[in-house]
Amino acid sequence: MEKHLFLGDEAVAQAAIDAGLSGVYAYPGTPSTEITEFIQGSAAAKERGIHCRWSTNEKTAMEAALGMSYAGKRALCCMKHVGLNVAADCFMNAAMSGINGGMIIVTADDPSMHSSQNEQDNRMYGNFAMIPMFEPSNQQEAYDMVYDGFELSEKLGYPILLRITTRMAHSRAGVVRREPRKENEMHTPEDGRQRFILLPALARKRFKTLIAAQDAFTASSEASPYNAYFDGSDKELGIITTGIAFNYLSENYPDGFEHPVLKISQYPLPRKMVEKIVGECKEILVLEEGYPVVEEQLKGFLGLGIRVHGRLDGTLQRDGELTPDAVGKALGKPIASYYATPEVVEQRPPALCQGCGHRDMYEALNEVLVEYKDAKVFGDIGCYTLGALPPFRAIDTCIDMGASITMAKGAADAGVYPAVSVIGDSTFTHSGMTGLLDCVNENTNITIVISDNETTAMTGGQDSAGTGRLESICAGIGVDPAHIRVMVPLKKNYDEMKAIIREEIEYKGVSVLIPRRECIQTLTRKKKASKK
Amino acid sequence: MKTDIILSGVGGQGILSIAAVIGEAALKEGLYMKQAEVHGMSQRGGDVQSNLRLSDQPIASDLIPLGQADLIVSLEPMEALRYLPYLKKDGWLVTNSRPFINIPNYPEVEKVDEELEILPHKVVLDVETIAKEVGSVRAANIVMLGAAAPFIGIEYDKIADGIRRIFGRKGEEIVEMNLKALQAGYEVAQGMQK
Repeated sequence: MEKHLFLGDEAVAQAAIDAGLSGVYAYPGTPSTEITEFIQGSAAAKERGIHCRWSTNEKTAMEAALGMSYAGKRALCCMKHVGLNVAADCFMNAAMSGINGGMIIVTADDPSMHSSQNEQDNRMYGNFAMIPMFEPSNQQEAYDMVYDGFELSEKLGYPILLRITTRMAHSRAGVVRREPRKENEMHTPEDGRQRFILLPALARKRFKTLIAAQDAFTASSEASPYNAYFDGSDKELGIITTGIAFNYLSENYPDGFEHPVLKISQYPLPRKMVEKIVGECKEILVLEEGYPVVEEQLKGFLGLGIRVHGRLDGTLQRDGELTPDAVGKALGKPIASYYATPEVVEQRPPALCQGCGHRDMYEALNEVLVEYKDAKVFGDIGCYTLGALPPFRAIDTCIDMGASITMAKGAADAGVYPAVSVIGDSTFTHSGMTGLLDCVNENTNITIVISDNETTAMTGGQDSAGTGRLESICAGIGVDPAHIRVMVPLKKNYDEMKAIIREEIEYKGVSVLIPRRECIQTLTRKKKASKK
Repeated sequence: MKTDIILSGVGGQGILSIAAVIGEAALKEGLYMKQAEVHGMSQRGGDVQSNLRLSDQPIASDLIPLGQADLIVSLEPMEALRYLPYLKKDGWLVTNSRPFINIPNYPEVEKVDEELEILPHKVVLDVETIAKEVGSVRAANIVMLGAAAPFIGIEYDKIADGIRRIFGRKGEEIVEMNLKALQAGYEVAQGMQK
């Protein structure tokens, strides 16, 4: 059988296409971006007219995916882990309504924070919403889970959460595809109003239904081809792995396991299998990528009963992603490293590209702000977060998408002056617009810089939802057009830029500055493409 | 057959293109392969690495354990040193000699060279200069691939076929230039192994 070399993300995307997907809805975010990009580049997706345009944020994405599912078609919704915080309102309630057409929600978690501000484990969300969950251990499983997952979602009547992590999303391996399936015909649900109107009286019924469905979810896990029990002769210890932790365990036992091993890749926990390993073995070691989710479930609050080892008792490190070495250490295996990293090796942090407009924006802003010793600059999520590093050291905060505007507002309310926000164009439309309305309604004394590079740059240059319309969006929200100031961030314009920044800091009210220059990366790519 | 390779460099230098060619060749050979990449924030001029594992048996972990890499291939000398804890005792290090200096505290180049010098099995070459000689500095990463070719465990001709398939749609000229780059890197490495 022909094998395709797919990233984990690409395996998910190809499986969805092959399973009769009608629409993917997503906002870019590392390490999830390549799923949607793969579908956007797929000839089959183009031919079938599969929806694949980027959404404005993860919440709008998930709601649209639920709408497509409501209409009977198969929908995929993808995001990085923190994106699920944005979409959580819809996520929790989609578990209440259930679905019509199959719906898979992909969360790409980033333990060790390669490209993120936290390493939250979204299996917690899966448990919170009480829906079935997959956690593949390899790219082929990721493919099969998505291919079969739509059908399972339809059979159970609920969305399924597929949780992958960076090492699954961004690692390539050979994948065998299966026969492409036709898309669903449109068919809206017959009992739609009973399910999709979550008025309290109806919602109470739906919650009882969701609780009752747990047995079916567990039965599905018990029978899952992705959960497996491997016997071992030494029953002093039993090992439970989730997701890719199974691979790190296998790496440490090239000749087969000596202890019983339970590999879990589908949740809720397969109760009988867990009871079996706990009953057979004296102690249990839990290997999981992320938070001690399974470990805590086994342990219970007081840790009574069987002895469970894992991230909570220090057998494994509490934070950061697992590695074959971390797992080997937990198992008491010798680790041999022959060469140390020499002392001369220095850190090489990422930096804003040479020629990037954000650089000129920060240069001008910094030069003005030396005149205001109490100034605080509230940053946001994107390439421009790198303005925190030398030589700029230009921002004081970076918390979550859109927080630059609203944190600056709260700080301004408390008396901070100047309160400056720095936000990118895509982040502004993702989650900044609503905060701007709060500022306008109270005429907050705030200076907002929307550093516009006309793309979603950090994740590789995806379309930005508000390109070409930022001034009219701000004016529409109610910012005085006299205080919406556009400039071109270039060295030759520093004097003009500085004068505008100074004027708008002095203005007691809401100002929006828009330094606009195309991302140097997308510009270079376009130039290359036009040469051909 | 089993080869564990760490590819390293600075974001933008093209280590993923090297991985793509090896991956193409490996898949054609019917080998198992896993390749963990770094995307996102770290690509902006920061250090980047990729774990590439090839085997005729199924591969468990996407990540290479400490002390088990057969080969480190680096497009930048300091980045080559960063991953030494992963190198096998008798593993080979193949690296570009030319530093990529985009940080203010880059160490003295002589000190980096000294650290490379004490390693028992290495090939150190200036891939940019060689690439320029064969046609274009843009093929520097393929020169590096050529220098690494003797250690990968896949025949040279199969790697050359991988180049033909990966670069094929860019035209015959690009293919020829990259094949020349591959050959040039290979010859230099052959000379230095002795």
